[in-house]
Amino acid sequence: MIVGYDSFSPGTFLDAFQFMADNPGLMWDKTLEHLEISAKALAIAIALGLPLGAWLGHLHRGSFLAINGSNILRALPSLAVIAIGLGFFGVDQTNVIFALVVLGFPVILTNTYVAVDGVDPDAVEAARGMGMRRRQILTKVELPLALPLTFAGIRTAAVFIVATATLGGIVGGGGLGDIIVNQSSYFLRGVIAGAIAVTALAFAADFALWGVQRAVTPAPLRRREVHESELGRVVPVAEQ
Amino acid sequence: MNGLLLAAPPPPPVIPNFGGPPGGPHGCIATNGTFCWDWVTAHWGDILQPHLVEHLELTLIAVGIGFVIAFVSALLAHRRHWFEAPFGAFSALLYTIPSLALFQLLVPFTGLTVLTIEIALVGYTLLILFRNTLAGLRGVPTDVLEAASGMGLTRRQRLTRVELPLALPSIMAGLRIAVVTTISLATVAAYITPLGLGAPIFYGLQTNFTTEFVATGALAVLLAVAADLLLVGVQRLLTPWSRARRPA
Repeated sequence: MIVGYDSFSPGTFLDAFQFMADNPGLMWDKTLEHLEISAKALAIAIALGLPLGAWLGHLHRGSFLAINGSNILRALPSLAVIAIGLGFFGVDQTNVIFALVVLGFPVILTNTYVAVDGVDPDAVEAARGMGMRRRQILTKVELPLALPLTFAGIRTAAVFIVATATLGGIVGGGGLGDIIVNQSSYFLRGVIAGAIAVTALAFAADFALWGVQRAVTPAPLRRREVHESELGRVVPVAEQ
Repeated sequence: MNGLLLAAPPPPPVIPNFGGPPGGPHGCIATNGTFCWDWVTAHWGDILQPHLVEHLELTLIAVGIGFVIAFVSALLAHRRHWFEAPFGAFSALLYTIPSLALFQLLVPFTGLTVLTIEIALVGYTLLILFRNTLAGLRGVPTDVLEAASGMGLTRRQRLTRVELPLALPSIMAGLRIAVVTTISLATVAAYITPLGLGAPIFYGLQTNFTTEFVATGALAVLLAVAADLLLVGVQRLLTPWSRARRPA
């Protein structure tokens, strides 16, 4: 519909890098905007998913909500959520952020729940025997042990969110999607440049969060963490 | 496949969209309310239902073709280990391209057609289906394989009678994710050509008629949830033995 016929050759990929070099201001602004939208959405998703998942996991209850419920939430098409949100929030970033939270929150919730729920009962028992309170057990034993899987969830959510924030371009939500949906102004080289930037940003977010994960993991647990994150590693997913 | 999908009705003209029931625009529709039930009932037959059917067709064709390619590749990678890395990398690369961009990149080759949409959608299913099938096959315990060989099963018998049934939960989980993901991506596909539920969404956005994109969005959400629940049901029916296990 809005897509023009722009010719394509292998050289277009090189032109994409030329496009980046020619429009540093545009690329930089849109990348920052993209990052801002994604960061807000991720922060909200973490603020909702992490405490809820940790609490349910601690109680070993609510697996239906934390697993099946969030599977359904994950199934929702982001563009449809954006469209519905547009009707209620109007044309600004709010509905894009809302759709991204809907996308990221269930991933964080499920992973945190499964991680905390799966902590070795012996370790919890030992902590109780040492006289720890419930709160201490959660913050000093369960959460540190659950860290690798919890972070795997946060990283997956971050990658989903960064990739899907592209859809914001359709509703004028800003970010790199603005370049990708504007082939008539930027041509295919611009579209490819935007796509490369989104992919790079998704990898960068994953890598940065891996750094955070390492920094907050207690040293004795780090060796295991590296091993498990290799297993649980999800390829950056451009869901949208 | 083309004939089937290209027979879709052309996009509706602008004015009738605001028309609603006979008697011309009035009430909710005339004031462009957030959600006008009148519009939904008036246009179920000519807009919503045909696009819903198209959406299902787009999804089933993509997942069907994707499954055949991924399944054969996974069997090959299971037998010949060297094949896993290149196909895995190829499907992962496809998966990382933002869909809005991939659809546009394919247009110079295949045009604004259903083929463009299907190639992209198939591409996005490969990684999930390949990985899950291979993980299922690899997850069969060695003891079980040795027992099967010890009972005198040939390689082919071992595959069809032991490995594939045991890999079924993983394969089904992959199919479920693939279907749901494809339903989601197929809404974006309407950016290229007005097929599926994305078409009324984009059209509503263009004409700024709120009910059209809100109602179609809601329909897409319902479709995704229904498909997910249906596949969970199928998964349980096919693999009754895995029910006792913890869901991952």
